Amino acid sequence: MPPRSAPKPSKKRSNPDSVTSSATGPVPSASNKKKSSKEVDGTDKLFDKYANASSGVIDPEGIEKLCSSLEVPHTDIRILMLAWRMKAERQGYFTKAEWRIALEALKVDTIGKLKKALPELEKEVREPLKFADFYAYAFQYCLTEEKQKFLDIKTICQLLDMVLGSTFRAQVDYFIDYLKIQKDYKVINMDQWRGFYRFCNEISFPDMTNYNLELAWPSILDDFFEWLREKQA
Amino acid sequence: MSSRQNPEPMTIEEGCKLIDAAVTKLTRIIEGKPEPPFASHEYIGNYTIVYNMCIQKPPYDLSGQLYEKYGAIFQDYDKDTILPSIMEKHDEYMLRELSRWSDINKIMVRWLSHFFYYLDRYYIARSGNSSLTVVGMTCFRDHVYEKVHFNVKQVVIALIHKEREGQQIDRALLKNVLDLFVQNGMGNMERYEKDFEDFFLTETNSYYSRKASRWIQEDSCPEYMIKAEESLKKEKERVSHYLHSDTEPKLLKNVQTNLLVLVAKQLLEKENSGCSALLRDDKTDDLSRMYRLYHEIPEGLEPVAVAFRLHVTAEGNSLIKQAEDAATSGIVEEQVLVRKIIDLHDKYMAYVTDCFQNHTLFHKALKEAFEIFCNKKVAGSSSAEMLATFCDNLFKKAANDKSNDDSTIESTIDNVVKLLDYISDKDLFAEFYRKKLARRLLFGRFSDDHERSILTKLKGQFGGQFTSKMEGMVTDMQLGKDQQTGFEEYFKNTNTGKPKGVDFTVTVLTTGFWPSYKTSDLNLPLEMVNCIESFKAHYEIKTKHRRLMWIYSLGNCNLTGRFDAKPIELIVSTYQAAVLCAFNNTERLTYQELIDQLNLGHEDLVRVLHSLSCAKYKFLKKEPASKTISKTDSFEFNSKFTDKMRRIKVPLPPVDDRKKVVEDVDKDRRYAIDASLVRIMKSRKVLPHQQLVSECVEQLSRMFKPDIKMIKKRIEDLISRDYLERDTENPSTFKYVA
Repeated sequence: MPPRSAPKPSKKRSNPDSVTSSATGPVPSASNKKKSSKEVDGTDKLFDKYANASSGVIDPEGIEKLCSSLEVPHTDIRILMLAWRMKAERQGYFTKAEWRIALEALKVDTIGKLKKALPELEKEVREPLKFADFYAYAFQYCLTEEKQKFLDIKTICQLLDMVLGSTFRAQVDYFIDYLKIQKDYKVINMDQWRGFYRFCNEISFPDMTNYNLELAWPSILDDFFEWLREKQA
Repeated sequence: MSSRQNPEPMTIEEGCKLIDAAVTKLTRIIEGKPEPPFASHEYIGNYTIVYNMCIQKPPYDLSGQLYEKYGAIFQDYDKDTILPSIMEKHDEYMLRELSRWSDINKIMVRWLSHFFYYLDRYYIARSGNSSLTVVGMTCFRDHVYEKVHFNVKQVVIALIHKEREGQQIDRALLKNVLDLFVQNGMGNMERYEKDFEDFFLTETNSYYSRKASRWIQEDSCPEYMIKAEESLKKEKERVSHYLHSDTEPKLLKNVQTNLLVLVAKQLLEKENSGCSALLRDDKTDDLSRMYRLYHEIPEGLEPVAVAFRLHVTAEGNSLIKQAEDAATSGIVEEQVLVRKIIDLHDKYMAYVTDCFQNHTLFHKALKEAFEIFCNKKVAGSSSAEMLATFCDNLFKKAANDKSNDDSTIESTIDNVVKLLDYISDKDLFAEFYRKKLARRLLFGRFSDDHERSILTKLKGQFGGQFTSKMEGMVTDMQLGKDQQTGFEEYFKNTNTGKPKGVDFTVTVLTTGFWPSYKTSDLNLPLEMVNCIESFKAHYEIKTKHRRLMWIYSLGNCNLTGRFDAKPIELIVSTYQAAVLCAFNNTERLTYQELIDQLNLGHEDLVRVLHSLSCAKYKFLKKEPASKTISKTDSFEFNSKFTDKMRRIKVPLPPVDDRKKVVEDVDKDRRYAIDASLVRIMKSRKVLPHQQLVSECVEQLSRMFKPDIKMIKKRIEDLISRDYLERDTENPSTFKYVA
């Protein structure tokens, strides 16, 4: 996270709805190496609130509870972003270690602070370099089976909407339409997934004048391009 | 006069007087006037005058003045005698004068050089001045040549024009005169070029430009070409007769430019007589001429080659169309079509070798033309399939009709191999060929020689991989014969379990070579089972680790049908035999019972029953007696059946497997593309997309033309299988994943 200037523990900025809440929490002068036992405790206690007692991890149920505490819908992109932050390996589960990583990085140890940190997190993830990484992560995260390499069309459509819907609305809508209509592809792999992001970034839309069928775009995008051209004619 | 010590040295004036007298005498002689020749003492005397004057002691050594005198003699003579004589004449006469006076001058130079020889030896050597010969010639150049060359040139060019228009002229004279131009260059060709050649070429240029404009309007293409050829020939002769050889290339280029280059388009595209028309009307002589004329002109042959290609393509296309139109109910007369294409190829290959002198441009044009129409489909059949069918029919006929002589077969085989070169889907041909070869080998008669011959030729042209499976098949048949002998020996020697009264022949096929066949769990009649078992026993003795898979669909059987009227020998397939034998034990069987008993698939059983009960020969009676088989029918042995023949062959109509062949080939192509992509990436490590695609296409082009989209899909497949990955910086480039 980009360093914030040391805040004054201000009384003025006590508005909980403020979007630009500065990072409160650990006293800035606290050294990074030595975590005060208070913080670790806080993070762990928060973890335990949502974790499943027997398995020792936060499971899907726990995540749902977390979401309602944070007042975000559990299909919200920000939960995915949180998962990305903690490099969560398994969809629907957060381990203690992963939890700690995220909360430390965000410098929060209570649910309130976590909620306030979400907009910051979103801003960070949306930086171009990080977003590319996040985008690829999103695909990876949804692979549930070991050695699974594809996601089915339905999942892809939902994921696209969630991840790119706000930035590339038109492209996402048309592509989802295409995916639902076409019959050649039953699944999408990482290369095709990544290809679509590149497409959104590089190709002017909806004219697509700079698209070249002879380049190395994945075939599914070639087919999408031709389908769209036909529609526009 | 003898050299004596004269107390008085000779003055230059005295000397000149004596010399002038000698010169006068000389000129009279060389001009042909009546004058007695120099006596030897006069000759020596003249020489001595000069000698004496040179050796006199200074200030009386007159070498320098004598040298100048020598020059003055020529100057005067040129100016006063030679030039006026020439100038007063015109036309040809002027040329003759010039020639004559030039010769005279040469003689004079020679004689006077002898008289003044002492100067040459001593004075000139010391002083570095030009030699006497040079002085004499230079004088002529400066005082005669320079003054007359312009007019002379006009005359010469006029004469040449006359000759071009068909009149006779004095060639020797022209040669002399033009030699003069050369000589007066004093060692280089400048005078010739500037004073004559440049003007000559300009005149030539306008002459032929005029001719070209007229001829191109009036004459047909062949007529024009004849005139052009003639003109070039004449100009070449002109050079050998009187022009300097240096002029030849410039002259010919000039003529060619005017007659051939500038009008090329108009000429070749002439409506009824241009290139296309000549090709259409088989005017080989005119085409040969066209080649000869345009061959030397840079890029002159290009338009001719284009016209050739277009013409051959059009001819080929019309053959294809004819075949398409003639194809009734989707069946193509491929025998006719392929023969016609072969004939077309022979015809135009002859053009390439004869008219076009085997030039690569025309070989290329022919190839491109054939590649265009040889890859067209006719009524749904690809050319690959048609060619394979053609071969099949050729060999079937040849095996059955021994009267066909081998050399025609061989030359047809050669033609087939040539045509195959133009077909891009060679792998498709190989697959169809293999299927049909299997039929020939297993079901008909075949000639081992012919089969091997075509395979050898195909191997030579397309490589061993192309023919290895087919060669294996032919070898299997050979081995099969030996094996059968061994099998029969086995019975003779062991006499174990030989099936009573059943002759049994087995052909063992090596799986990889032959097309894949479906196996079925047909329940055979007991007699046949015994045969199978005994062969298995024999085979296992010889080879331990091989598994035999029985393909009953390929077998055939001779049965004796004991009909009431008379027994008839039936030649049928194994499936048909199995069905018929089922009636050995019962009179009647329903469709369902047959299915249960024989364990055949529905499709197969329907086909078999149809052939035995609804076709030409009804060995079985069907109830109800409709035209098609249904699952509720029942069948009875038709004991009342008879025929005048004692042997009846009942063929089972083959299943159309065109679709399957195409599918198999597509599958093999996908593997081939994968293998090629991996091979390329393994050696290059990193490669941009477009290069990868084009290298892959190139590698595979020997066998087929890969579809670009398919290549793209295979690349993506390889990415998802972690053989390749996209470069992170540059997603249009791929990297090999070790």
